Amino acid sequence: MSENEVRKLILDIIHDIAPDEDLSDVKSDVRLRDQLDLDSMDFLDIVMELRKRHQIEVPEEDYMELSTLDGCVAYLSPKFA
Amino acid sequence: MRYDVVIIGAGMSGLAAGVRLAHFGKRVLIVEQHALWGGLNSFYKKGGHHFDVGLHAVTNWLAPGYRGSRIPMQRILRQLRISWEELGLEPQTRSSVWFDDARMVFTNDLAVLTQEVQRCFPDQVDGFVRLSERCAEYPEANHDTPPVSTRRVLTEYLSDSLLVDMLLCPLMFYGNAEEEDMDFEQFVILFNSIYREGFCRPRRGVRQVLDVLTDKYTELGGELRRRTPVERLVVKDGRVTEVVLGRGENVEADVVLSSAGLVETMAMRSDVDDDRFEPLAGKLAFTENIWLLDEDPKALGFEDCVTFFNRGPGFAWRSPEAPVDLSSGVICVPGNYAHAEPLDRHMVRATHLANHRVWFEWDEARYREEKGAYIQRSLATVAERGGDLSGHVTYTDGFTPRTVTQFTRHRNGAVYGSPHKVKSGCTEVENLYLCGTDQGFVGIVGAMLSGIAMANQHGLRG
Ligand SMILES: Cc1cc2nc3c(=O)[nH]c(=O)nc-3n(C[C@H](O)[C@H](O)[C@H](O)COP(=O)(O)OP(=O)(O)OC[C@H]3O[C@@H](n4cnc5c(N)ncnc54)[C@H](O)[C@@H]3O)c2cc1C
Repeated sequence: MSENEVRKLILDIIHDIAPDEDLSDVKSDVRLRDQLDLDSMDFLDIVMELRKRHQIEVPEEDYMELSTLDGCVAYLSPKFA
Repeated sequence: MRYDVVIIGAGMSGLAAGVRLAHFGKRVLIVEQHALWGGLNSFYKKGGHHFDVGLHAVTNWLAPGYRGSRIPMQRILRQLRISWEELGLEPQTRSSVWFDDARMVFTNDLAVLTQEVQRCFPDQVDGFVRLSERCAEYPEANHDTPPVSTRRVLTEYLSDSLLVDMLLCPLMFYGNAEEEDMDFEQFVILFNSIYREGFCRPRRGVRQVLDVLTDKYTELGGELRRRTPVERLVVKDGRVTEVVLGRGENVEADVVLSSAGLVETMAMRSDVDDDRFEPLAGKLAFTENIWLLDEDPKALGFEDCVTFFNRGPGFAWRSPEAPVDLSSGVICVPGNYAHAEPLDRHMVRATHLANHRVWFEWDEARYREEKGAYIQRSLATVAERGGDLSGHVTYTDGFTPRTVTQFTRHRNGAVYGSPHKVKSGCTEVENLYLCGTDQGFVGIVGAMLSGIAMANQHGLRG
């Protein structure tokens, strides 16, 4: 899966959890929490959606890896390979 | 048949839990003893008219485009993947707390209530501001704190007992299962829900909320069986091994989540037959009267969406000795909400505290007679807080604690359940958990939050 596809699937998940957020201009290297109104329960849901939709398990100690879009791409791309 | 989770009750908490669990692929069965869903906030048809059981106000108003720290309604929308538009909530215009010696208006802007405190109780306003700041900063519900007396905490902020009673009155009516006092954590939740975030109402009433929940639940593959009471929970070695349904069918489940109430759920267990849970049954019950009118209540003198009133000295929050306590109550005018289009009929509703025993003891004839008499007295009481409706009533309905028990099986008709809340949801039985009323969150919004939280903690972990 290409980096752009991973990016898109993360944004799709965020859109379903928080449809009121504007995702048109999300910066890749800034923490998602700092640019979007997401809290820890929303983050937990991102992880749960990854498991539900893509059968990807993210253990709790790796949650930090998902804090930016760049981080998501780096962490998740190998798992889709 | 085997399920991941069996949920007892298709009320707000059971349905919300069902949606959340089904969304993440759990095999879920909701069993409801009544023919309709909704529980304490269900709906019915009588005399050709459609009515909601409750719904004076949905608390925790969320303005469209809201930005700020997470508030409960947002939590519900996000966790259940519901859009703001689907619920179609419209805000209140104003409500008031009306005692003999003072009347304070409140809206969905806390500044209005602060001004009212300033106007009616000038020497108390600093304390009120400090109190509301404390409520704003209060940490999210901590599951293990022992109860703290609200009346005691309030003495640190307010010295006027009339103001204390006036502030407590709406909070008691909208969510306190305990007589006289309430747990401070519950106070904070209700203060924020009612005074900070405020009231709203879906245009189509409770059906609008219930339709969103049931549609989602069924689309996700959740199963709902109505007219199907859970008769017994077979408990072996500390686990529920079988759920015995009223139709002689048994199902199995890894987890059982019950919204039936603490005492009610414990009575279903096969492994205990003592009545040690009985004393924990709630005692705060209500009568609810509904009048359809041929005139707009506003034109008759009713300006509020919701009026919380008290007559005479002191505000008594306890099961009354009389069948109904007419000295206090709640009057609701659904048509006074800021609905984009006017509602298609005129309605006034009134709630009073009611005795939790006597309504169950009368025979049918006496019951009818007393109920009719109290509806008339209630109408006279309501007239004092607005105007005379008697010449305008086209249809009347009313219900009592007995009705509530008949349709929801809650003991004593106690709408807010047991004063003993189980915030963790855990019971002595390993895979049996409580959600809704007796887990500690009440009201439409509270019940949904409870269903979500319990689904997350006990149905989705692991
Ligand atoms: C008259 C009235 C007015 C109200 N007004 C408002 C309001 O304006 N705003 C607000 O926020 N809240 C209001 N409420 C309160 C609100 O309706 C409740 O707090 C909330 O609906 C509780 O939801 P719940 O899921 O916890 O419980 P419930 O709704 O009681 O759900 C429990 C369900 O379990 C079912 N059940 C019980 N035993 C069994 C069994 N053995 N087998 C199968 N099913 C079983 C019951 O039939 C019921 O459907 C009002 C309540 C009443 C009665």
